[in-house]
Amino acid sequence: MTDIAEPRLAGAWQDADWTKRRLRRRYRAERRFKAYGLVAVFVALGFLALLIGSVIVEGYPAFVRTSVALEVDFDPKVLGVGEAPTAEELQRADYGKLLREAVFAAFPEVTSRKERRKLLKLVSTAARFELRELLVDDPSIVGTTRRVWLTASSDVDMLNKGSAPRDVPEDERRLDDQQLGWIDTLHAAGFVETGFNGAFFTNADSREPEIAGIGGAIAGSFYMLLVTLVLTFPIGVTAAIYLEEFAPKNRVTDMIEVNINNLAAVPSIVFGLLGLAVFINLFHLPRSAPIVGGLTLTLMTLPTIIIAARSALKAVPPSIREGAYGVGASPIQMVFHHVLPLATPGILTGTIIGMARALGETAPLLMIGMVAFIVDIPGSPFDPATALPVQIFLWADSPERGFVEKVSAAILVLLAFLIAMNAVAIYLRRRFEVRF
Amino acid sequence: MAAEHTVKAYDEELDRMNNAILEMGGIVEQQLAASIAALVRRDDELASRVITEDRRVDALEAEIDHLAVRILALRQPVAVDLRVITASLKVASDLERMGDYAANVAKRSIAIQEIDPIRLTHAISRMAGVAQGMIKDVLDSFRDRDVDRAMAVWRRDEDVDESYNSLFRELLTYMMEDPRRITPCAHLLFIAKNIERIGDHATNIAETVSYVVTGTPVEEERPKGDVTSFHQADGETEAPAS
Amino acid sequence: MTEDSDAMVSLTMEDDAAPAAAGSAADTDAAPRMRMRARDVNVFYADKQALFDVDIDLALNKVTALIGPSGCGKSTFLRCLNRMNDIIDICRVTGSITLDDRDIYGRDIDVVQLRARVGMVFQKPNPFPKSIYENVAYGPRIHGLARKGRELDEVVEQSLRRAGLFDEVSDRLQQPGTSLSGGQQQRLCIARAIAISPEVILMDEPCSALDPIATAKVEELIDELRQHYTIAIVTHNMQQAARVSQFTAFFHLGELVEFEATEQIFTNPHDQRTQDYITGRFG
Repeated sequence: MTDIAEPRLAGAWQDADWTKRRLRRRYRAERRFKAYGLVAVFVALGFLALLIGSVIVEGYPAFVRTSVALEVDFDPKVLGVGEAPTAEELQRADYGKLLREAVFAAFPEVTSRKERRKLLKLVSTAARFELRELLVDDPSIVGTTRRVWLTASSDVDMLNKGSAPRDVPEDERRLDDQQLGWIDTLHAAGFVETGFNGAFFTNADSREPEIAGIGGAIAGSFYMLLVTLVLTFPIGVTAAIYLEEFAPKNRVTDMIEVNINNLAAVPSIVFGLLGLAVFINLFHLPRSAPIVGGLTLTLMTLPTIIIAARSALKAVPPSIREGAYGVGASPIQMVFHHVLPLATPGILTGTIIGMARALGETAPLLMIGMVAFIVDIPGSPFDPATALPVQIFLWADSPERGFVEKVSAAILVLLAFLIAMNAVAIYLRRRFEVRF
Repeated sequence: MAAEHTVKAYDEELDRMNNAILEMGGIVEQQLAASIAALVRRDDELASRVITEDRRVDALEAEIDHLAVRILALRQPVAVDLRVITASLKVASDLERMGDYAANVAKRSIAIQEIDPIRLTHAISRMAGVAQGMIKDVLDSFRDRDVDRAMAVWRRDEDVDESYNSLFRELLTYMMEDPRRITPCAHLLFIAKNIERIGDHATNIAETVSYVVTGTPVEEERPKGDVTSFHQADGETEAPAS
Repeated sequence: MTEDSDAMVSLTMEDDAAPAAAGSAADTDAAPRMRMRARDVNVFYADKQALFDVDIDLALNKVTALIGPSGCGKSTFLRCLNRMNDIIDICRVTGSITLDDRDIYGRDIDVVQLRARVGMVFQKPNPFPKSIYENVAYGPRIHGLARKGRELDEVVEQSLRRAGLFDEVSDRLQQPGTSLSGGQQQRLCIARAIAISPEVILMDEPCSALDPIATAKVEELIDELRQHYTIAIVTHNMQQAARVSQFTAFFHLGELVEFEATEQIFTNPHDQRTQDYITGRFG
């Protein structure tokens, strides 16, 4: 290192050997750091791919379902109705018997009670409701015989989709060899079919995995988000505008600001407790209702939206404000004519991201009873309902094998919604953002 | 010129111009002295040296012009700097004229070589001494930005003018006495006039110095000593000075 | 309603009267009429005093330049003249500033109306991110100076013409103002300011972000505008102050050091600090 001083004096240290060595070391360090970064990114991407991949692989089968065709003789005597039944009669008719007769008719050689019971297990218990629907829709088919596609039982469904293995000892299977034989017979006759599971999106929850759907949860989440949006957007934006543009800067507003920031970091379960205490215990709003969920999520989302809206307002350059003041605009004109339009993309983005967070929220909903098992699709924010993430939680808790795929499928739907919302946010930002 | 400019090169350029003017002034002062010496001592060689020296004065004036234009273009001077630059241009042009007059004196001193020396040259020499002092003082005042000194020079021009008046009358008398003396006396008259003009230019410089320092032109009326222009052609007594 | 119609009258009246006023007032230097007077103006930012006893008069149809080193208070003073400092919470102004002999900090003065009378052009061109037309039409619209489409069109065109911009943008009035070049944007901002027929126009370093050609155009515009308005301009560029202004005020450390005719300041300033500043001998 004795050669340091000399080249420096000569002003030619840039060409010295030690300089080049140093330079090479610096470049090596840079390359190393880039490599670490790339590894980190790929590890993260790998985990993400693993997660999404496993969810897709597990959840994909839930979007198809197995149906079994039966020749159903809509005999009024079996149904216990007259030749020309009234709508009321049809509602109360004995569809269980109709289904049983149809199943037995498909396998006339099976006669023992025990075997017949096993035979019934091939078709979903919910198939009788499908039959009822068919008749209620079209009473004229009473007295005729038709081939009707009915939902197969979850066990058959699993087997058919390959989710349940065939080649294990009989006592480890849900279906015994005899049942497998019947299924194969049906298969051979073309009476077993797999198709798109539309019911998954339209049905509400059910104890039977084969007919359980997320329709109820989607409706619940929708009403909840509607309530949240209607409340948070105006309240949040107004609060943000006031705090950012009009509020005097003093200790009180500083306190408010600090507290808003703190609220945004409060665990969501705390908001659930608050919702339970205030909306249900104090205001006696209905339990398990999206209105309460929406109110609770409003409390949770408000700070986020206020912060997002404030930063969007802050991002509008002061020169615009000065320009507006300069031509004699009043503060309110300045805000509504100039600042707010420029801040809108940012505010909308913040709102959508807040909504997305609310959509994915589970904990506070557990506290206010939206974790209940509800088989009806809610028609208004006041009906008992559940939400998508809660539905996932509920199904993940269920012991039936058929719910495993439902969990993943529901997660996929939830993810799709979240991605769609974020995409809209990005689109809005790109489309309407004004650069200065 | 209290503080320095933030841009050092600006100061350097102003200094260069200042020095060029002082150098030019020094040469002019010497030239006047040399031309008078040549006249008194009938020194042809010295006289011709004065004439050739005039080229240096012209060269310096050109350099000052160039520097001034350069500073005007590159530095956009204002206030005192602007006044210094316009003043420098004017002073340089005044000095150049003075140099020309000195050279003219030298030329005429050669022309009157053939003729007998007249004691009048001593009167001229005295007058030139005053003018020379004015040049020196006015250059000092320019260097030091000294208004009082400049104004003293400005007032002293009256002396030169008065010397010129008496010389004028004396020379007229000589010429009337002996027509053969007309040629040398005419030359001497011109020499005296040249020296008187040098004094006038010195007062111009004094006024310029005053403008540089105060920023306002000299308001006062300058005492006029040169009354020869009021003389009638027949050489009657002086007209009343108004 | 009445207020609106009054404003309309003054807008049109002013146009008729302007050429006559310009001819007489702009060319005679003798005793110009004062439009704004500032007396003993002190400005405080919280506890820090930014301006000390400033007295300045803005003469009608004259350009007054405010020069001085950064942080000397010249922009602060300019912003006092249309109460732009009101936006800053911690800013406090004492002393009196009058516009046509009415105290602009008085109780009877509405700050919004004041800013309509004392317009402002800023350092960085800041057109609204709207169309060129909307930029100019905004002021007249919010003040109710012009309602109907054609009336507004006329005001916009006239303002753009006065700002020397109309010929350059007449075929693209609906394009965003931000699509113009920097110099055009600044002239658009000037058009926006004059669209509401102010009495005084304040300019805060209007050319600092512009290239020399655009600067020259704005300077030429300023010289034309002074025939109709009273103008105060803050500038860092002393040559610019010399070129466009008739009066120059030199600020230093919050004090008004010298306020004189521009010619006087740039040939023979009285104060040594002024001299040092304008000749580049500072600090």
